[in-house]
Amino acid sequence: MSARPGFVLEVDRSTPPTLFWRGERFTLEKLPEGSRVIYAPEPHEPLDDPLAAIRHALANPLGDSEPLSALLFPGMKLTIAFDDISLPLPPMERPDIRQMVIEQVLDLAAEAGVDDVELVVALALHRRMTEPELRHAIGDRVYDAFAPNGLLTQHDAEDRDNLLHLGQTDEGEDVEINKRAATSDLLVYVNINLVAMDGGHKSVATGLSSYKSLRHHHNPETMRKSKSFMDQHRSELHSANWRMGRLIRDAGIKVFQIETTLNTDTFPDAFSYLQKREWEWKAKDRIGFLGAKAALDRMPARYARRLFHSVKAPHRMTSVQAGEVEAVHKVTTENVWAQQGVVVEGQTDILTLGLPYISPYNVNSILNPILVACLGLGYFFNLYRNKPLVREGGVLIMTHPTPWEFNPVHHPSYIDFFEQVLSETTDPSEVASRFEEGFATDPWYIHLYRTGHAYHGVHPFYMWYWCAHALQHLGAVIIVGGDPKSVHRLGFRSATTLADALEMARDVVGSSPTLTHLHAPPILMADVQ
Amino acid sequence: MNSRRDSSRSLLPTREVRADAALGGRVGSTLRRLRPSALASRAGSAHFPLAAPTWPGTVPRPAPTPELGVHYDTAWSRRYPVRLARAIVLDNVTRPVAKVLAQPRLRGEDALVGLDTPLIFAANHASHIDTPLILSSLPQHIRHKTVVAAAADYFFDRRWKADVFTFLLGAIPMERTKVNRKSAQAAADLIADGWNLVIFPEGGRTPDGWGQPFRGGAAYLSIRTGRPVVPIHLDGTRHVLAKGSSTIRRSRTTLTYGLPVWPSKDDDARSMAARIEAAVAALAEEATTDWWTARKAAARGESAALQGPDAVAWRRSWALGPAPERQEDIAGPEENSWPRKTRR
Repeated sequence: MSARPGFVLEVDRSTPPTLFWRGERFTLEKLPEGSRVIYAPEPHEPLDDPLAAIRHALANPLGDSEPLSALLFPGMKLTIAFDDISLPLPPMERPDIRQMVIEQVLDLAAEAGVDDVELVVALALHRRMTEPELRHAIGDRVYDAFAPNGLLTQHDAEDRDNLLHLGQTDEGEDVEINKRAATSDLLVYVNINLVAMDGGHKSVATGLSSYKSLRHHHNPETMRKSKSFMDQHRSELHSANWRMGRLIRDAGIKVFQIETTLNTDTFPDAFSYLQKREWEWKAKDRIGFLGAKAALDRMPARYARRLFHSVKAPHRMTSVQAGEVEAVHKVTTENVWAQQGVVVEGQTDILTLGLPYISPYNVNSILNPILVACLGLGYFFNLYRNKPLVREGGVLIMTHPTPWEFNPVHHPSYIDFFEQVLSETTDPSEVASRFEEGFATDPWYIHLYRTGHAYHGVHPFYMWYWCAHALQHLGAVIIVGGDPKSVHRLGFRSATTLADALEMARDVVGSSPTLTHLHAPPILMADVQ
Repeated sequence: MNSRRDSSRSLLPTREVRADAALGGRVGSTLRRLRPSALASRAGSAHFPLAAPTWPGTVPRPAPTPELGVHYDTAWSRRYPVRLARAIVLDNVTRPVAKVLAQPRLRGEDALVGLDTPLIFAANHASHIDTPLILSSLPQHIRHKTVVAAAADYFFDRRWKADVFTFLLGAIPMERTKVNRKSAQAAADLIADGWNLVIFPEGGRTPDGWGQPFRGGAAYLSIRTGRPVVPIHLDGTRHVLAKGSSTIRRSRTTLTYGLPVWPSKDDDARSMAARIEAAVAALAEEATTDWWTARKAAARGESAALQGPDAVAWRRSWALGPAPERQEDIAGPEENSWPRKTRR
């Protein structure tokens, strides 16, 4: 049976309660009659033979590019860059797509007699990956062949000796990227395109760049002009990356882009009810839900977190394309939208979100309050094309416990940002002008970023800027079930129950508001008409 | 209004609250939850997800996907835990019960010696006891990897029946009223996967004790998979539980295995079905005489026909001869029939 497309449900009296994520837990909430619930399309059929598809894509590139085998020659300098731990979400079951693609690329390189090959993790300002995480992403065979010889490196945006300034765009934006990648005869970039904003020129222009480059588009102004990140024709973030990418291309850096898309098969069998429509739950789903809920509600949060972060998604590859960056990305974006797009008629007064335990920046870690804000306002709010799901001045209601809790190894600067910056102001522009430089250049944060597994000092600022468009657009943000202290520090309102939150929202949007719930994950993107 | 009498408005604790406090709040509340009236009210008002979800009125219901008949999925019954459970039931319940009720006399078991599996077993069919009897009599290495072709319209028309017979007998649904590629394909796939198959080519139990013409199902599967058909003749099972009867009686039965019938290049389903039927007919002869006599009759083409004389009903019944001596005639009917008659 072919996968059903996405669906917008109109809630009536006989509609069963709707699943809401609450971090590592979940609840069923009865939504008011007349509310809408948006469900993701069902997972598309994966490729029958992904390895054959990869080989075909490498041999039949898109755009102005020769087949990969024709670009490889003895004595050349080849760099293979790939996405880091932030993709995909949740991490996928083995074999990871990166492993499958990189092994095929390396096979071709070996056939062509290429000796000088290096692998680079495109971290940008993210934390360095651990050995188990790397082994999971690229497989033991690749790891054991390259890591012991120092040929598997993680991009260091603070290593001045290994960065190369390529120039400035017409808009005056500095373009500075990894020197090894910039000085290679060929840079192969291996992408996992989980959402429409991933990939394209952003891969190299962001993933292999430095703070000097990133600050030109990771700022409140750019974020406010990106409506949304997922809509490349209306995203200033996209435009900035494209300007930089074209400068990289014009500088003579040959990039062979490989992009892959995944289906929306997000949870393994034991949790399959999490991606089903509630009225279609079978006895097995209900038993699974009741059992999991009873266990999770009684389990200390750290164990529940550990349990969920051990869950690997059964995502499967639905397409792979390779060749010239822009031609490849055009096809990839179409494939992503085909899997995730849902047409929605009109905006809503109140948008409700159940926030799960994971975001791109807390894999194997804690979803701290700043990341809660970023996940809701930065990512989920932006899962739209044309118009935001919620009208201007509307209310966003999110369910999450929002504990005042941080991972000091991964997010040291987040702690200080939360304590020192948000206690002063929550206005993204003021945050940027008063505090960003200090955090970005703090030697202790830089040291932790370069030698440990810490996100860069400036990273929490970017998370906050990611919320800038939503903060400007919304009339109020309410978190249900959150730690009131954390919620107030974020500048949001706190409610105990969804009913209370709806009552509070009516004060902002009027007494008979419309309500829409985004039933994600699995990831979906609303095409708002 | 006398507010003192309105206990619901009283600021003083009620008896129930006092009792709760005396018991400790949690204990008291647990006891209240466990009161029969509370339990009944909770059971009656169970909501999703304790109860099945209701269907939103705004969502059109999809056409129900057929799940019974030939569409019933029996894959679950071939998973190892289910096979193990079935083997335990078969060896410890079905076999002893079949042995007690049918007291089978086995003949020709050596026909199975040295035969590679999978095999297709084709038998005449007179009673519901036939399947348990055949399964009970098969060698251990065969009986625990055997499925039984069962009428899709009879054994798979209700969910509970489908579940029970699939579990107990390893039944798979077989269309008998029309040609159905799905059921034939499923059976062929299972044989190709190493499963033995028991099939009754007559397509149903005999209504009068005489056999019915063999249909081409067993022959088709044999030609399709290249596996041989082992003919089986069952004698006397009709007297244990006849078609249309609800009384089970103990009676002696004979189960005779024949030499395998292999598909040949020139065979089609019809010609091979005739060969299988002739093989079973020869075994029928053997059940009433001996092997040598039966072989000689078969060689002359004079095996007693399974289907009996072409005559009116009473003459066909007459031709069957007298019923064998029943156990109740020895032990008394009240002790050996089921369900038992009520004594007055």
